[in-house]
Amino acid sequence: MNRVSSPLSRTPGRFVWRSRRMSFAVGIRPVAITLCLLVVTLCAALFAITLGRVPVPFMEVIATLFGQGEGGMREQVILNLRLPRLLVAIFAGAALGVSGAVFQSVSRNALGSPDVIGFTTGAATGALFQIVIFGGGPLAVALSAMFGGLATATVVYLLSFKHGVTGGYRLVLIGIGAGATLSALNGLMLVKGDLDNAITANLWLAGSLDARNWDHARTVMGGALLLVPLIGLAATRLRMIEMGDDLARQLGVHVERTRFAMIACAVLLAGVATGAAGPIAFLALAAPQLAARLTASRGVPVLSAAAMGAFLLVIADLITQYIAADLILPIGRTTGLVGGLYLLWLLTRKRG
Amino acid sequence: MAGLCALGILLLGAVVFGIIAGARPIPLVTTWNAITHFDPADSDHLLVRLLRIPRTLLAIVVGAALGAAGTIMQALTRNPLSDPGILGINAGAAMAVTGAIAFLGITDVTAYMAFGIAGAALAGAAVYLLGNLGQNGDPVRVVLAGAALSVVLMSLTQIILVNSDEQVFDQFRNWSVGSLQGRSYPVLVPAFALSSVGILITFTLAKALDTAALGADLAKALGGNPLYIWSFSALAVIVLSGTATAAAGPIGFVGLTAPYIARLITGPGHRWLLPYAMTIAALLLVSADALGRVIAPPGEVGVGIMVALMGGPFFIALVRRHRISKL
Repeated sequence: MNRVSSPLSRTPGRFVWRSRRMSFAVGIRPVAITLCLLVVTLCAALFAITLGRVPVPFMEVIATLFGQGEGGMREQVILNLRLPRLLVAIFAGAALGVSGAVFQSVSRNALGSPDVIGFTTGAATGALFQIVIFGGGPLAVALSAMFGGLATATVVYLLSFKHGVTGGYRLVLIGIGAGATLSALNGLMLVKGDLDNAITANLWLAGSLDARNWDHARTVMGGALLLVPLIGLAATRLRMIEMGDDLARQLGVHVERTRFAMIACAVLLAGVATGAAGPIAFLALAAPQLAARLTASRGVPVLSAAAMGAFLLVIADLITQYIAADLILPIGRTTGLVGGLYLLWLLTRKRG
Repeated sequence: MAGLCALGILLLGAVVFGIIAGARPIPLVTTWNAITHFDPADSDHLLVRLLRIPRTLLAIVVGAALGAAGTIMQALTRNPLSDPGILGINAGAAMAVTGAIAFLGITDVTAYMAFGIAGAALAGAAVYLLGNLGQNGDPVRVVLAGAALSVVLMSLTQIILVNSDEQVFDQFRNWSVGSLQGRSYPVLVPAFALSSVGILITFTLAKALDTAALGADLAKALGGNPLYIWSFSALAVIVLSGTATAAAGPIGFVGLTAPYIARLITGPGHRWLLPYAMTIAALLLVSADALGRVIAPPGEVGVGIMVALMGGPFFIALVRRHRISKL
């Protein structure tokens, strides 16, 4: 009784908030780490804005962002070139991180990512088709990538449907089959296509943040701000499904409905991220793993994975701009390097 | 046993098909004569003797190696998404081959093999050490370490590629889809020798793998020694799939799915599972290679592409039809 009357009670290591119908337990460590990541990401992002062919002093960046800019070319560069690029990096990273967290939970597999359901391979197929066969421009390529990814995900989901259930396991296996077939198709298009087209396609496959405008930024921001909170609210239910469909059903979770809604949200998140920044596959795998290992919490790491994803992509973008004097560093590859090395370091550091 | 014989007969049929199929039609009699009464002056005889027969045999070797390596990886990591490539082997080989093409200007397929094996061995050893396999053998860590190292190496490979000449990319794209084109005895002989060693190690592990597949705790309770199982399995996988990747390029699908199909026929016991998976994988590769040669004359479609194009839909149908036993 006592606890119910005080909505915010404290137990060691976490805050617990209870009301009559709902209760939340929030660990202090995950919150602290998420906040840290956000702060570091913001600092890195501000620093990144000062860099480029036209260097802008730090104070001027701050002034411009708060609407106190001096106008002129520098303000244009900041507001129309660098800011949208950074927003794409932040929100695409967050979207991919959350998407991966959902897929790792649904497939109960540490290797889970939107690729489990064939999304990334399907997106690549769509883009390659557009580049190699039709020779379309950047916008057409982004659109057909999104379409390819969403269509593949839908087909894999429907194929894994049997007697009204999609077992997580069958979903994974069908995803493997579909992914293998599509990546063979991709390989075929790369090998049989014209060499110039193949090089363009290979660059697209690496992902890019170059020449992003506000259209890209608005799409991915809208998607992330809408879908991430939805997934955050369902995180407890996802956690219960991880314990097994039967147990979750006894605990009052609509297993199939939740799974469908979560997969749909995660695929849409991956879709907006891919449309804005190209296929940056590894982020979805690494961000939730890194977040879970840093926060040492057992739930589905939604917000921390979002912060980690944004952090990794912004850092990768910073490296891309800083080092890329006479070297082409596609952002997707830098992300692979940064995320991969970080994950390796974390794995060797922690024992057991 | 009967199933294995049936598969063996199917494999024999595929081998015969592999030897007679090709972009250039050669009459059956000539093919037979090339084997029995070889005439070095006849170009058809040379084609059969020096190209079709060795590449078909190589397809068997590569298939068997991938099937065995895939079975070991899935038993050890108990993860349906793990294939031999997860130990970083494909990525390591790709990195080494790219380096050889870009920095040393090497264009010879046989030389790729040496670089491929070296890269695969280094990457495999790195994952083994980073995943700290010897001490506790936690499968999730191994899988994650392998995935992370693979991505790092793949990223480096791609960065080298986009910063190099177009010709480098052109050569790499042909190697990277997996192909047996132009592989002859200089590739077949070392590949055969290395895979034989790997397969020998694998068969001595069969019993230990049965316990390992039950999970680390149960395996220990049953008297399995994790250090022994992990070290020898890692050695076998590195040798087997390193050889296969070096010889034919990264072929992902076979090592991943052949064990599932085999498990469907014979159940989870590794003494039978291993030969089944190896035969199935060899059958898949030989027929994919042969079909790839006749499907789009005068060119050919790489075996890595063909095998996934054929096998992917088949695998989906299989998963939908049957209840696939969990690992």
